[in-house]
Amino acid sequence: MATTEQEVNELIKREYEHGFVTEIETDTFEPGLNEDVIARLSAIKKEPEFMLEWRLKAYRRWLEMKEPNWAHVGYPKIDYNSISYYSAPKRKEDMPQSLDDIDPELLRTYEKLGIPLHERAQLAGVAVDAVFDSVSVATTFKEPLAKAGVIFCSISEAVRDYPELVQKYLGSVVPHTDNYFAGLNAAVFSDGTFVYVPKGVRCPMELSTYFRINAANTGQFERTLIIADEGSYVSYLEGCTAPMRDENQLHAAVVELVALDDAQIKYSTVQNWYPGDENGKGGIFNFVTKRAACIGKNSKVSWTQVETGSAVTWKYPSCILRGENSVGEFYSVALTHNYQQADTGTKMIHLGKNTSSTIISKGISAGKSSNTYRGLVKFGPRAEGARNFTQCDSLLIGDRCGAHTFPYIESLNKSAIVEHEATTSKVSDEQMFLCRQRGIDPEQAVSMIVNGFCKEVFKELPMEFAVEAGKLLEVSLEGSVG
Amino acid sequence: MLSIKNLHASVEGKEILKGINLEINAGEVHAIMGPNGSGKSTLAQVLAGNDAFDVTSGEVTLNGDNLLEKETEARARDGVFLAFQYPVEIPGVSNLQFMRTAVNSMRHHRGESEMNAAEFMKLAREVSKQVDLDPAFLKRGVNEGFSGGEKKRNEIMQALLLQPKLAILDETDSGLDIDALKVVADGVNALRSKDRGILMITHYQRLLDHIVPDYVHVLAEGRIVKSGGRELALELEDRGYGWLGIKDEATDADSALSNSAH
Repeated sequence: MATTEQEVNELIKREYEHGFVTEIETDTFEPGLNEDVIARLSAIKKEPEFMLEWRLKAYRRWLEMKEPNWAHVGYPKIDYNSISYYSAPKRKEDMPQSLDDIDPELLRTYEKLGIPLHERAQLAGVAVDAVFDSVSVATTFKEPLAKAGVIFCSISEAVRDYPELVQKYLGSVVPHTDNYFAGLNAAVFSDGTFVYVPKGVRCPMELSTYFRINAANTGQFERTLIIADEGSYVSYLEGCTAPMRDENQLHAAVVELVALDDAQIKYSTVQNWYPGDENGKGGIFNFVTKRAACIGKNSKVSWTQVETGSAVTWKYPSCILRGENSVGEFYSVALTHNYQQADTGTKMIHLGKNTSSTIISKGISAGKSSNTYRGLVKFGPRAEGARNFTQCDSLLIGDRCGAHTFPYIESLNKSAIVEHEATTSKVSDEQMFLCRQRGIDPEQAVSMIVNGFCKEVFKELPMEFAVEAGKLLEVSLEGSVG
Repeated sequence: MLSIKNLHASVEGKEILKGINLEINAGEVHAIMGPNGSGKSTLAQVLAGNDAFDVTSGEVTLNGDNLLEKETEARARDGVFLAFQYPVEIPGVSNLQFMRTAVNSMRHHRGESEMNAAEFMKLAREVSKQVDLDPAFLKRGVNEGFSGGEKKRNEIMQALLLQPKLAILDETDSGLDIDALKVVADGVNALRSKDRGILMITHYQRLLDHIVPDYVHVLAEGRIVKSGGRELALELEDRGYGWLGIKDEATDADSALSNSAH
């Protein structure tokens, strides 16, 4: 009485929902990477001189670096000269002055993705920066945010309009020397989001960036910088999708968060890049460096991520807990299906006194996928009274997938306390039988069981996105029963 | 209503059911008794459609429909309910959400509108009282950290919510103290209806003091070896299974104990 193989196959063939391509005229660099390309990129963006120098320095260093191979993932060698490093929709002027200047095709694209940019349809209470390939095409609610003193704009604008803030903080958390992909990003980053929340301001709405890769053979190298000044609070969410293509595409982003005294940043990600087809063809290589510096005392950063997309994910949102009593949190759901590979986790670096961190990681593997948690909890010599709690749970669906856990703990302070729990479980035949015996469809049963497994993480997401994340899991799990 | 003809079933190549014949009409309560390993639970699982068991021959119909060719969930929607002997836990999924999903799956199947969370909450609270479960249990994970008795009451609660045509109760009495047994029995008696058939699987006759069956069958080595009325269960309690030519050490020991107590 098992669900027949045929039914399962039909379900698997259901298409990735956001896999369409927008037909639009673009300005695209020919593939290849050299100093001229970087200079052209910087010129197109009308960047100040310091920025070009910054990029070239990073590029020269990157040439000497080696691609990391320690992650539990395998992928074909990337030819960095076959990628185009800039692609943007053609437009008359440098920056669209209002939404009316934006190509209607672009507006339709975002509407189709559920992110209406037009004022009358904008998502209530959520300001959006829409990044399309290499450029930000629109940022909503800029004015009401400016009234509150919050700067919310594309990083390209920030480089021009707020050079002193950019110069002070860009690369301060993730230096270009940090790792191979961060080095590459520093050299060629094209757009991304910049947020500054001034002293004592509670950002009046959710901020979000929606990243869309559209053009073929291009890489997306976005850079996000969020600074929360003393006593401020901001909640930020990013979403990402891409068309279905047979070739792999590279997404190498860098996100830097800076929290000063008593500041709080909540950063949530719903990552749904194209994961490739059921045979593992195509999909995005998602090699991302995300790090937060809790510089100030009593500062707090929470990373919440729901990772369902990408062919290969390599990502460790981390916190450097420098300020006394600062708090770092990492809540993660990573789901892999078919031939997806994910090597993800976090680093909590405790440097200050009484710093504390919490890690809750939920890995779900289905199909022939591989899902790895990799985490580092480190206590420096001055981290008196610091503590960490880590919980890593893995859930397997079927018997052809894999789950791995690599928790590293380094302590240079005897007073530090670390607790670690880990479990691995399966969606059992008994659970499935119970659900089906109560009249529940097998697909619905799996998604209900998986949602239950992820509950602790979902409750950390902003409300409107928690529902979204649950639905996303449902779609991503289609065809996993059999 | 339920008609089982010459049913054979095996698990991992070993034949467990060796030709079961049984007719249950709407309104009737049947009890199946028998020693451990006689195939009682297998019968329950096969009727509900657990694919760990292979039906090798025979037929089963529910109101004329061939039950065996249907998926588990389709049988459930046709009105087959199984109260599990060992209800499994589903961590993180609230009992309330689980039960509402089940009820709405059935309603959807019948072309009825789904119940919203508030409507369902009201219904669930009422039914939970019927089985003496604190409504706080509705918010807990399905069977998560429930005691044996709580799990059994939770199963009966689901039967009361889903209102099946055929309720199969697999050792619903096992592991219960006398008070819990009474609560469960009250729940089962509340299920009794002229439109519903009940098949109770039990090892002990004590459940039948509280839920009086219309028919009692003795299952041994995969076949029904004796059928009778209520009095058959009492006879089994007194005499054990030996007089039917059935070997069962556990029950022999039990009846020896109860004999010596007389």
